[in-house]
Amino acid sequence: MKDPAAVVRYASWVVRHPWIVILITLLLVMAAASGGRLLVFNTDYRVFFSDDNPQMLAFDAVEEQYSKNDNVMFMLVPKGGDVFNQQTLEVIKILSEEAWQLPYSTRVDSLSNFQYTEANGDELVVRHLIDDETDLGDVSQRRKIRDIALAEPILLNRLVSQRAHVTGVNVTVQLPGENSAEVLQVAAFARDLASRIETQYPDIEIRLNGMVFMNNAFSEASQQDMKGLIPLSFGVMILILGLMTRSISGTLSTLLVIISSIIVGMGLGGYIGFPVTPPSASSPIIILTIAIANCVHIIVTMLHEMRTGLDKKSAIVESLRINMQPVFITSITTTLGFLSMNFSDVPPFQHLGNMVAMGVVTSFILAISLLPAVMSLLPARVCETQNDETHLMHRLSDFVVRQQHKLIWGMTLAVLLLVAAIPRNELNDVFVHYFDQSIEFRQDADFMAENLTGLYVIDYSLNSGQPGNISDPQFLQEVEAFANWFRAQPETIHVNSITDIMRRLNKNMHGDDPRWFRLPQERELAAQYLLLYEMSLPYGLDLNNQINVDKSAIRFTASLQTLSSNELLALERRASGWLAANAPHIINPGGSSTSLMFAHIGERNIISMLTGTTLALIGISLILIFALRSLKIGLISMLPNLVPAAMGFGLWGLLVGEVGLGLSIVAGMTLGIVVDDTVHLLSKYLRARREKNLDGEGAVRYAFRDAGVALFTTSMVLVCGFLILALSSFQLNANMGLLTAIVITFALLADFLLLLPLLMQYDKKQPATASVKELCHA
Amino acid sequence: MRKTKTGKLSAVNISLPGLRAACLLFALLPMVAQAETPQQKGLAIALEADRRDTGWQNQTASLKMVLRNRHGQESVRQIRNKALEVDGDGDKSLNIFDSPRDIKGTAFLSYTHALKPDEQWLYLPALKRVKRISSNNKSGPFMGSEFAYEDFTSQEVKKYRYQYIRDETLDGRDTFVIERYPVYKYSGYTRLLTWLDKEMYQPLKVEFYDRKKSLLKTLTLSDYQQYLGQYWRPRQMHMVNHQTKKSTDLYWTDYHLKTALNRRDFDRNSLKRAR
Repeated sequence: MKDPAAVVRYASWVVRHPWIVILITLLLVMAAASGGRLLVFNTDYRVFFSDDNPQMLAFDAVEEQYSKNDNVMFMLVPKGGDVFNQQTLEVIKILSEEAWQLPYSTRVDSLSNFQYTEANGDELVVRHLIDDETDLGDVSQRRKIRDIALAEPILLNRLVSQRAHVTGVNVTVQLPGENSAEVLQVAAFARDLASRIETQYPDIEIRLNGMVFMNNAFSEASQQDMKGLIPLSFGVMILILGLMTRSISGTLSTLLVIISSIIVGMGLGGYIGFPVTPPSASSPIIILTIAIANCVHIIVTMLHEMRTGLDKKSAIVESLRINMQPVFITSITTTLGFLSMNFSDVPPFQHLGNMVAMGVVTSFILAISLLPAVMSLLPARVCETQNDETHLMHRLSDFVVRQQHKLIWGMTLAVLLLVAAIPRNELNDVFVHYFDQSIEFRQDADFMAENLTGLYVIDYSLNSGQPGNISDPQFLQEVEAFANWFRAQPETIHVNSITDIMRRLNKNMHGDDPRWFRLPQERELAAQYLLLYEMSLPYGLDLNNQINVDKSAIRFTASLQTLSSNELLALERRASGWLAANAPHIINPGGSSTSLMFAHIGERNIISMLTGTTLALIGISLILIFALRSLKIGLISMLPNLVPAAMGFGLWGLLVGEVGLGLSIVAGMTLGIVVDDTVHLLSKYLRARREKNLDGEGAVRYAFRDAGVALFTTSMVLVCGFLILALSSFQLNANMGLLTAIVITFALLADFLLLLPLLMQYDKKQPATASVKELCHA
Repeated sequence: MRKTKTGKLSAVNISLPGLRAACLLFALLPMVAQAETPQQKGLAIALEADRRDTGWQNQTASLKMVLRNRHGQESVRQIRNKALEVDGDGDKSLNIFDSPRDIKGTAFLSYTHALKPDEQWLYLPALKRVKRISSNNKSGPFMGSEFAYEDFTSQEVKKYRYQYIRDETLDGRDTFVIERYPVYKYSGYTRLLTWLDKEMYQPLKVEFYDRKKSLLKTLTLSDYQQYLGQYWRPRQMHMVNHQTKKSTDLYWTDYHLKTALNRRDFDRNSLKRAR
């Protein structure tokens, strides 16, 4: 690669044997791409967590002790605004029966099958709140149901709203987790059931939510992005390519390289077994965007050479000679940047990083093989029109040379101002808001939080220390106090605690005397009540999801409003703090839940990405020093490599102020991309100094003229590509796209307006010859 | 040459148990011949099983339950079981809980019925009262285990509709495979696939299918012993819930049949006396 003669020999061979090159590359591309058939849309939120994620392990431990709580929530919204009318109650009963048919269902909870207990002398009557004997046509019976439901802490704000305008039928499912079709199957069945009931009872609207639909939303968001954004980005890129190269054959051959790079990157990902998740679903767009840059450099130079009079094949050879090294280096640095995502704690980002890295490497290989081969076959005409852009670059270089001092100070000031705003960023996000409002799951989740119950949950496995000890009165009293404390928190919508059942049973056991509506005072009594109650419960409505096998611990669940990760973590700290201070008989291993897993993930990922980004930075710097053959220039180049990300995060701090999971990968990723600008600019600058023996100013003008247009256009391509990603319905992708576009823009500004003036300053201090000698010392 | 020899040898080996099975089949033929449809044959098998297990009058046994969750955590419950055979209806049973400590002395009396809700009473020593439980439910978990009470109590013929499926050899024993469909409206099951040993007329394995007709649990019964020269009782029952991955083992010991127990030992007044 280093030997220019070898490059020329290689390039000449390629243009002489284009068909061989095309045949070999396309065969390899097809072989790699066939891995695409192994790609599967992932439908499990757990894919976002590494196997050793402590929050997930804690949550798994809770689920293994009790039961898994993946669910489908049917929300019934009667148009009349009251769920206690005859028709709605009938529909609840029908739906509660039908819901058992949901694949993998293990439990159905609703108003109708709520296990209502009452005393009848020395008889404990346990029955469905609405059973076959209930006459729903009878107003007084309906009123009784309403009174019971709205006074029942287990039901209120969980399965029926305070205003009684929405009610829920909650189906717990145990997904075997063997393949991603399970979620789709459950979601499809639930939707079908809901629409059948809606058709039959047009006065009732049914909305769906729950874990299954959240899982499903990941796959739907991926598909929506792929269907909408990929065609859009292709359209935009073809337009830009056409405008830039003004060459149909250039556009077509570039398109061929891009498509091949995408399908190879994705196909190899398929072979490795990467699932398609919203982050990895954005890899085609990123590969597309980056692959274009490589091709553009080669095509633009080739057309330029043809304009100066070379024939097509010679122009191709010359273009490869000039571009081979910079394109190689930029591809390596970009690849390194994306490979740094392997340090991420979030597997989908690892998948994204690796798929893009493979796509970028492919695009490099194809840009120096397939692209010249195809170009040598296709007719290429050169427009003779004078390029406005070149003219613009002349003016820009004049400006930079003349205003270099002001630029250095002005840019430094701007950089410092933006850097000062970085601390304004707070690590925070709302995981339900990963999905924007165009995703049905988000709409229904918002509806549920506003009208029925919380999607956000914290589970506590409150341990009493010994088998059977959950019946200990002190333990129960502390649990009840904890429930009361939680209910008093503004974030709380509902608390599910076994103590509510205990109180009711104590009352039932004393002839429904309201004075006994309190916790039993003796351990044996509490244990025997539980035994009695358990003995009467039907299939699928047992207490095994709330009490562990040796009755040493209970599952305590708080449902919450939609909270940001910081609010959620703060609430959990308050709650665990309360327990530590006020509940000496409760051993609290700490809250755990899906919501908490997501609340921790942003921070965990930033910490893990710090290592990745640092390593990428070191690797890229070494490559630059080696490639530019100068320690000093290499070190100076670090400045424009690091500054853009710092500026970007600063601007983000001013505009948004919240950094979530999606942004935690931006620094590492953009590092590899923005470095490309520096490489192109510096290699041209150094070529001018070393080969043409120009002084600093002359070298800046040369660099502008030679690399300016290409840099400007590739940056535009990159910004457009990532802005398209900013349209994603998946907020992680959207934010990542937006910030990346900002960083790339800043990179171009920093290169043109800060790096070059700095280089002029640096070179002014020493005579040109000495500098060249030093620089050329390899 | 060699090949044919070994071939012949193994053929001889096979024919011996085969012959025995054929003899058994002939012995059963009169009964089987009457059954024409699979439904009739299934019912006939159930009736025969019921006939063979009639006349034991009453029994006592000790029962140890070992509950296991997904995590492998275990919990043990100790129960003494008494049962009274009732002609033409479900049996009556009395269970006295010895452990865990908090429920020691709690006694559970149950009159099972095929098509009606069971009648159930519980004596709570902490409350010193007998409470009647009025509930339609039969398939709920017994003491937090994977067994429903109906899974190990008397299997009345009337409780199910039947269908004979096939003959099968299970762990070296010849079985009838029959399906049973619960008649009781509030059952949590849609069907029970049962491997019934042809010699004992006792189940060796039962698969329980839930309301959506998915496999819910598998019960394996083993270590059968014969009492009074007629009645077979398993000493181990192993139930696995395939959906929750929890499991429960039942270990039966000290079976005594035709004891001095009588009807008065199974009325609600007996509950307080039961220790």
